[in-house]
Amino acid sequence: MASGLQRNLTPAPAAPADGTVVRVRGLTRAFDGRAVIDGLSLDVASGEFVALLGASGCGKSTLLRVLADLDHDITGEVTVARRRAVGFQAPRLIPWKRVWRNVVLGLPGRPDRNRAVRALEEVGLGHRVDVWPKVLSGGEAQRAALARALVRDPDLLLLDEPFSALDALTRIKAQDLVAELWQRHGCAVVLVTHDVEEAVLLADRVLVMRDGVIAQDQPIGLPRPRRRSAPEFVALRADLLAMLGVDRH
Amino acid sequence: MSLHQPPAGLRSDPAEPHPAEPDTAGPRTGTPDPAVPAETVRSTGRRRGRPPRWLIKTASPVALVLLWQLASATGALPEETLAAPGTIVTTAAGLAETGELQDAVLTSLSRVLAGLGIGIGAAVVLATVSGLFRLGEDLIDAPVQMLRTVPTIGLIPLLIIWFGIGEEPKIALIALTVTFPLYMNIYGGIRNVDSALIEAGRTLGLGRFGTVRHIVLPGAMPSALVGLRYALGSAWLALVFGETINASSGIGYLMNNAREFFQTDVIVVCLVLYAFLGLLADLIVRVLERVLLAWRPAFSGT
Repeated sequence: MASGLQRNLTPAPAAPADGTVVRVRGLTRAFDGRAVIDGLSLDVASGEFVALLGASGCGKSTLLRVLADLDHDITGEVTVARRRAVGFQAPRLIPWKRVWRNVVLGLPGRPDRNRAVRALEEVGLGHRVDVWPKVLSGGEAQRAALARALVRDPDLLLLDEPFSALDALTRIKAQDLVAELWQRHGCAVVLVTHDVEEAVLLADRVLVMRDGVIAQDQPIGLPRPRRRSAPEFVALRADLLAMLGVDRH
Repeated sequence: MSLHQPPAGLRSDPAEPHPAEPDTAGPRTGTPDPAVPAETVRSTGRRRGRPPRWLIKTASPVALVLLWQLASATGALPEETLAAPGTIVTTAAGLAETGELQDAVLTSLSRVLAGLGIGIGAAVVLATVSGLFRLGEDLIDAPVQMLRTVPTIGLIPLLIIWFGIGEEPKIALIALTVTFPLYMNIYGGIRNVDSALIEAGRTLGLGRFGTVRHIVLPGAMPSALVGLRYALGSAWLALVFGETINASSGIGYLMNNAREFFQTDVIVVCLVLYAFLGLLADLIVRVLERVLLAWRPAFSGT
């Protein structure tokens, strides 16, 4: 947490003038001499939904941690929107705070219950305002975490495999919810995932990460709402799987 | 072996249609298939014909006291060895009437409270500083770990030399006994707070102070309460030691005086008082846990 390293990560003004919320140039992050991210460059426009795909261990979560300002052991130039929020793989709700207090934790001023209630209602948790996080189901906890992120009105929402621990049915609902919230809030989203279908369903652009850089940049031009069974959807999914080295018969 | 073959009990003979087979396509109802070995699932509710559990549980202590009373009455247990339960109750009532009992309890209680106050204060400050700051850890933790290994009871001679034989050495002994277990638990609690939550707090905009206040200290609370429980237990132990060695008031004084005159009834009254006060302290911590740790998934109280 040395302040010297903080220099690498220069927070941009609330809404960057040039319409980008993420600007990365020549980013390198090494663990024990092995570069997991190796000279990576990336731009994300404001309001854009970007999915970051890649095999396990390709560095996509590491990149997200850098963007979230949680990893300062980097070289290169990283500029991210100051107003950003993070959704982790685990909900990471604070167990000793009621759900609504979790939602407004860290906001300036006194905890505003009404604001928390509005955010929770938006994710369909209006009936879970005053409970302890322990009583929430996995899907509810993840939705509460989403409310906690969105209540901050971010310009950039960083999501690290937020649906991977959910069961199949809950995951579909959560994906639909994220799509809906993204359209309503208009914030840019960077979603790290290993689920190709999820990436094609949600993103404007799918980035495939390999060998520490963005190896492929695939725009997804499908109209929304997208249907998983549409032929174009299936074709895109097959293409991306091939890029990831998985050939579908 | 074919995987599609149904288990033996479920197989019906194709040559001879089973009598229980319903004619309609609806769900099967009625009598169970006699070919399937079945058993009735019984409710696990209270079994009939047996006295309730609380009665069984209270029976054995009551029986022990009765046995004790019987042994005393027949002379098998002489009064000088151990007074009869009846005598003890009368003695307690007598002591309460003269006010000796209340005086003793109040004096002892105030000693424990003073010692606890100092000990808890010291432990909280030391553990927080060494838990939160690397420098604090380097300066505080090593000496505390070294002192921790000294049995505090062994310090009594030194404490008497330093503080004389008044209230101070007793309070100091209790404070020392309380400080170390509490320090260990708070320090450990702080250091074991989930780093994922601290990270989450940072992404939510919590500063250093906010992180300590909202995440680190509440996160250390379960461990701190374990320490408090242990500390309270040892506080009573320290009190007994402190009072037995030199006192002119308090429960220990009452007990020592009784020893001089072989008053086993008074000694037992004092022991019961100690036990009762210890129990009370434990109860207080339990209530604290219930209130402060209601958020814990492992907690099934409220």
